Amino acid sequence: MSNNLAAGQKIKIRDIFADGVYRFNPITVQVLGICSALAVTNRVDNAVVMGGALIFVTAFSSLLVSILRKSIPLRIRMIVEVAIIATFVILFDQFLKAYAWNMSKQLGPYVGLIITNCIVMGRAEAFATQNTPLTSMFDGIANGIGYSIVLILVALVREIIGSGTLNIFGTQILTLLDIGYTKNLLFVLAPGAFFTAGFIIWGVNAITNTKEDANE
Amino acid sequence: MSSTPLLVILVGSIFTNNIIFASFLGMCSFMAVSDKIDTAIGLGSAVTFVMVATTAINYLVYHYILVPLGLEFISYIIFIAVIAAFVQFVEMFVERFSPGLYIALGIFLPLITVNCAILGVSLFMVLRNYNFLQSTVFGLGGGLGWTLAIMLMAGLREKMGYSNVPRPLKGAAVIMLVTGVLAMAFMGFSGIINL
Repeated sequence: MSNNLAAGQKIKIRDIFADGVYRFNPITVQVLGICSALAVTNRVDNAVVMGGALIFVTAFSSLLVSILRKSIPLRIRMIVEVAIIATFVILFDQFLKAYAWNMSKQLGPYVGLIITNCIVMGRAEAFATQNTPLTSMFDGIANGIGYSIVLILVALVREIIGSGTLNIFGTQILTLLDIGYTKNLLFVLAPGAFFTAGFIIWGVNAITNTKEDANE
Repeated sequence: MSSTPLLVILVGSIFTNNIIFASFLGMCSFMAVSDKIDTAIGLGSAVTFVMVATTAINYLVYHYILVPLGLEFISYIIFIAVIAAFVQFVEMFVERFSPGLYIALGIFLPLITVNCAILGVSLFMVLRNYNFLQSTVFGLGGGLGWTLAIMLMAGLREKMGYSNVPRPLKGAAVIMLVTGVLAMAFMGFSGIINL
C-alpha cells in the first residue's frame, strides 16, 4: 500500500516538474512575471540571484498557503496570500541586504516587486489552495526553476551580445573583446530585453507548434 | 532629499524613463489589456488615479509612521496593503456614488492591485529620496507614461489585426518585438533629461 502511494507520488512530482519547467513554463507559455524577468537580465549574476529569490519565495509561500488552505476564509483569501508572499520577500530582501549589499543595490526595487509577480500569486491561488503542502512546495520549486531558466537564458544573450564578455560572480568565462568584437549597447538597454524575450518566446512556440502539427 | 525640479520629474517619468519602456513595470496587464484603445484608456486612467493617490499615501506612511518607528524593512507589506485597501475603498466609493464611472472603471480596479507598476513607483520613490510633492508628481508622470505606452500599443495591435503574423510569433512574441521597437523609439528622448 505504502509502496503504491510512494510510486504514485513520484509520477506526480515528475509531472509537476515537467509542467512547471517545460510544458507550462511560466514565462514562455503562460507569459507571467515578465516585469522582473526583463529588468534584471542585463547581467547573468542578477538573473541567477533573482531566479533564486523567486524559487525561494514561490516554494515557501506555496507551502504555507497550502498548510493554511483550510483555515483561510474565502473572502480575504487574496490579502492573506499577499501577506504571506510579502513576508518571504522581505526575508529574502533582508538577507540580501545583510550579505550581498552590492547585489541588493543592483536589483533595486525588483526584489520587492516579486510580491506582485504574477507567478507567485498564480501558483498560490491556482495550485496551493487545492493541493497538499509538499506537492504545492514542489510545484512552487518547479515553476521557480522554469522561470530561472528563461531568465538566465535571456541574461546570457544580453550579456554576451551587449558587453562582449561573460562574468559570473567575478570569474571571467568568456570575452569577445580581444577578437575585435564591438559591444552592442542596445542589448544592455531596455529594447534588447524586449527583443531577446520576444525571440525566445517565438522559438519556444515554433518548437511546440511543430510537435503539435506532427501529432495531428 | 533629492532636488530634482518637478517638471523634470514629470517629463522624465513620462518620456525618458517611461515606466514600461525603461523600467519594465506593469508588463502583465500591459500585455493582457492592450488590444483595444478604449479599454487601454480606461485602464490607463484608473492606473494613473490609483498611482498618484497611493504614492502620496505611501509617502506619508513611510516618512511619518515607518521611519520614526524604525520599521522601514516592512515597507513592502505596508505599501501593498495600502494599495489593496485604497483600491477596495475606491471601488466601493465609486460603486455607491457614480454607477456610470463604476461600469467604466469597475472591471479594471481589481486588476490594479497586482499591477507591479503601482508598487514599483512607491518603491522608486523611496529609493530616490523624493519629497512629498516630487513623489506625487512622480506618481502622476508614471501613470501618464504607462497610459501613453498602453495606448500606443493598443493602437498598433488594432492595426496588427489585419496583418498576417506567422503562427509561432502570434500573441506574446510579436507584442514583445513591437514593444522593443517602441522602446527604441522612446530612447530617442533620452539625453533630454537625466532622472
